[in-house]
Amino acid sequence: MSAPRVVLVDDHGLFRSGVRAELGPRVEVIGEADDVGPAVELIERLLPDVVLLDVHLPGGGGHAVITEVKKEHPDVKFLALSASDAPEDVIAVIRAGARGYVTKTISTSDLADAIRRVADGDAVFSHRLAGFVLDAFAAAPSPDDVKPSFDPELDQLTTREREVLRLIAQGYTYKEIARELFISGKTVESHVSSVLRKLQLSSRHQLTRWAAERRLN
Amino acid sequence: MQDVTPDNNQWKGPWQGPPWHDPSGRHDDVPNWVHHTRRWRHRGDGEPLRRHPEDRLAGGVASGIAVWRGWNPTTVRIVLAVVALVFQGWAVPFYVLAWLLIPAKGEQASIASKAKHDSGGVALALALASVLAVFLFLAGALNDGAIEQYGWAQVITVAGLTLIWRNAPDDERAGMRRLVQPLESLGASGKSARRATRLRLIGSAVLLAIGLGWLLSLHGGISLLKPLGGFLLVAAALVLLLGPWWLRIARDLVFERQGRIRAEERADIAAHMHDSVLQTLALIQRRAEDPQAVVQLARAQERELRSWLFEGRAPGDTDATSFADGVRQIQRDVEARHGVPVEVVTVGDCPLDEHLGALLAAAREATVNAAKWSGAAVISVFAEVEPDKVNLTVRDRGKGFDQEAVPGDRKGVAESIRGRMSRHGGEAAVQSALGEGTKVTLTMPRAARPEAAGQAPATDGTRR
Repeated sequence: MSAPRVVLVDDHGLFRSGVRAELGPRVEVIGEADDVGPAVELIERLLPDVVLLDVHLPGGGGHAVITEVKKEHPDVKFLALSASDAPEDVIAVIRAGARGYVTKTISTSDLADAIRRVADGDAVFSHRLAGFVLDAFAAAPSPDDVKPSFDPELDQLTTREREVLRLIAQGYTYKEIARELFISGKTVESHVSSVLRKLQLSSRHQLTRWAAERRLN
Repeated sequence: MQDVTPDNNQWKGPWQGPPWHDPSGRHDDVPNWVHHTRRWRHRGDGEPLRRHPEDRLAGGVASGIAVWRGWNPTTVRIVLAVVALVFQGWAVPFYVLAWLLIPAKGEQASIASKAKHDSGGVALALALASVLAVFLFLAGALNDGAIEQYGWAQVITVAGLTLIWRNAPDDERAGMRRLVQPLESLGASGKSARRATRLRLIGSAVLLAIGLGWLLSLHGGISLLKPLGGFLLVAAALVLLLGPWWLRIARDLVFERQGRIRAEERADIAAHMHDSVLQTLALIQRRAEDPQAVVQLARAQERELRSWLFEGRAPGDTDATSFADGVRQIQRDVEARHGVPVEVVTVGDCPLDEHLGALLAAAREATVNAAKWSGAAVISVFAEVEPDKVNLTVRDRGKGFDQEAVPGDRKGVAESIRGRMSRHGGEAAVQSALGEGTKVTLTMPRAARPEAAGQAPATDGTRR
């Protein structure tokens, strides 16, 4: 398999060059951008396999890039990353359409692995994102919390999905989770993808309101 | 009007003198009264009088005086406004002269010293002032002098403002632009803007005509109510004409103030960054040869910064008030003392009680054990607050141990973890395999406390 073509979007030049140097031959970095406008233009011109996207960007945040690009090119995949992860920002980026979220403290090989998995269409959850998601789905939704026209399935995590998320939050790898739950690696991945889908499509006000409440506490 | 510019040279001396403690010893320029006022009252900032354009309503003269004397700027402004009314408008030209003659903070030259060389500006100032003078002369001939009283002083004001406009630095000019805006808006382009302007013009012209006619027809003075009606119409005309502009000025002022507040916040953040992050970076550079120490410093700094940014906690503020806080406290302590990174994920939160305190103590023991014995590069702590119980796992990928073979003298697991949990009605499970790491799972039921459920921050308002 050829190395995934990647565009880096981060407002810190130092970080971009650091990532580019560390990832080396494992991915092919074909472009860099430091702000929302230039990033959208670059991505639409190069159409990379994966966009490595900082959650915090000066011109409107990472979710602005995703929203803009998805209008014309819904197939471009985004992997969000950030150093300072306020839950509401992370959830906003995921709900805009990012396929995963990792922290900047991630090791280089894990990052390359995460990029590869996003390029293959899988979802990538860091332990912290798993915690956020569990938190966001923690309480059972009250009847008036959901728009009735939507699929109620989207508003609840299954027991299995919860188990998988808990293990991710405890730092388990997908392989370890598969062994722990006596399921296949593919099944773990499909659970994670399903959680991602719920996170993006759920109409629960909870998901947006939760973030605001977290902020206040 | 020619008085304005030549006067500069006499006025300039005191205000343009060198700063108070000037080592060059050129105080000779500074007249004695300046020394006297300084000794007489040492409030203020000890600097020579300067305008403060960053805190201005017009030219920053009032705030300059306020800083110079150590008074409240608002008080100075109110006093100036009262003085302007009492002295029939003569305070206004003096204000403008002060604007011209007092250099802005951080600058040596006043606007007047620049204006001296601006012959075109001087001519324009004279022209505008003379137009106003002619108008006042005519108005005085037709009227009983109420306009003149306030008007003549403004001849100087107009000239002074013109000179300031032509010679002020850009940022001050931006402030002045607001004064000129109604004229600009009269000639503003854009269809809707032009139509609105035309409507305003027609409306105000009609009202003006009626109001003025009314006022003039009453010359001779009949009833008390009628002139009031005319006055109201004139006032309405003015409001209609200038109202949008006033609104815009008010809004701009609000924006400007917000901008200033934002700048202050940025300064606060910069200060914090310096005290914490930059200091840590310096430490890291000094200890670059010791990777363990560098990682430890970086992690500690990350924790501190994170809690400052997202939890609003000042560095060093460590008293745990909730369960999740307590877990993070364990993380901080273990990382600081044992130098092993601890990854913490918490889901939900609730207030601490005696039982959860015991759970935290057991979790601390488990985490310290993992840091000391496992040899793992990182320890994961996961805590989840559920409606009826609290779960916490401490996990490492270290060397693990054989539970059957634990010697009797190692009481950690038996006493500190299992014993403590069971005493408070909880459970502890330890899974460990040689070479694969250890996982300690702690579970504590939550007592049924309605008030506690109400206080749980992450779930509050969602269960109802």
